[in-house]
Amino acid sequence: MSKKFWETLPQGSVVLEAGSSAKFKTGTWRSMRPKWIEENCIQCMFCWMYCPDMSVKVNAEGKREGFDYDYCKGCGICALECPGKKGNKAIVMEEEGK
Amino acid sequence: MTTKALKLKELAKGEDRFAHGHRMCAGCGAPIVVKQVLMATDYPIIAANATGCLEVSSCIQQFTAWKIPWMHSAFENAAATISGIEAMYRSLVKQGKLEDKNVKFIAFGGDGGTYDIGFQALSGAMERGHDMMYICYDNGAYMNTGIQRSSATPFGADTTTCPAGDVIPGKLQNRKDLTRIMAAHGIPYVAQASPANWMDLMKKVQKAFEIKGPKFMNVIAPCNRGWRSRTDDAIALAKLAFETCYWPLYEIENGITKITAKPKEKKPLVDFLKPQGRFKHMFAPGNEYLLEQAQAYVDAQWERLQKEAAFWGEE
Repeated sequence: MSKKFWETLPQGSVVLEAGSSAKFKTGTWRSMRPKWIEENCIQCMFCWMYCPDMSVKVNAEGKREGFDYDYCKGCGICALECPGKKGNKAIVMEEEGK
Repeated sequence: MTTKALKLKELAKGEDRFAHGHRMCAGCGAPIVVKQVLMATDYPIIAANATGCLEVSSCIQQFTAWKIPWMHSAFENAAATISGIEAMYRSLVKQGKLEDKNVKFIAFGGDGGTYDIGFQALSGAMERGHDMMYICYDNGAYMNTGIQRSSATPFGADTTTCPAGDVIPGKLQNRKDLTRIMAAHGIPYVAQASPANWMDLMKKVQKAFEIKGPKFMNVIAPCNRGWRSRTDDAIALAKLAFETCYWPLYEIENGITKITAKPKEKKPLVDFLKPQGRFKHMFAPGNEYLLEQAQAYVDAQWERLQKEAAFWGEE
């Protein structure tokens, strides 16, 4: 994104584009990476409900898909709250870059 | 408008009105609260925001995470700002200059901007009876500026302005019970909610939007930086706050108190305090009296709330 100067900014610090924060990718903050294990997933959607960064992808049928690593900050709430299947978590945290 | 069905699978198909790319810390509780509030309804919403973590990190020059009209003016006046917007909207509709789209008005504030700095603006807006909702996300200190104590900080907590040392063991005072203070304004709806009990929170939001007049909701929002806990336990801690009755879930509708969810078994307060570094000194040998004092306060508050609900027959 090119740098804007005061002459080109809208008056009164108004931001005209709704949800423009999506241009800023927070995924680079991550040191731990959530990994989704599909066979253990019961589609409870708790991870989606509790994600503070709206980074759990859901398709048009309302089924859970992978993670949006462009924005996921790797906090691990999803992994902790995941009930999993028969004691096996559907989300595990791994060290980034491994 | 019919009330939205609260089914996770249906909700997940919808679009979030709070976008990713905001710069709240990893594992912050506040964006979870905001997204749940905005998700609960399909009404058009206009929001005002008090200065605080949520404001500074959701709207950084050129960027905004909000997909609704949103305004920030100062720390102390989120309630005054939204009541002005509401009054203007009502006036324009009355003059026929604007079509009435049944817009709902929300002010978001942290505990600093609500309990302390924004309190007179909030109290005034409630007294004037604007058709608005004020939502306080309570993380128990001024986290944005580096964890200074606020009147929402619980007893015994270690913050930078009430540090736990050899002489003084953290904050000496109990937290201000703002939910009850707001109820004392005699407004139609006051509630306390938690993002861990999302269904309860969203039901309260839906209920509030169907009531005309001022509404207030206090929501716990764990902060792993200020609470000195792990990044992944925001929801787990909110759950423990509910289970230990540190943060009971209740509502006061037209003066009638109702406990909306009760823990199956009331856990000891230490379960909630132990995972948080800000209470670490309370577990040091010789400081048992602090734990006892904290537990006694929570017990007394819980006892009182139960008695109140029982008085109205709303167990």
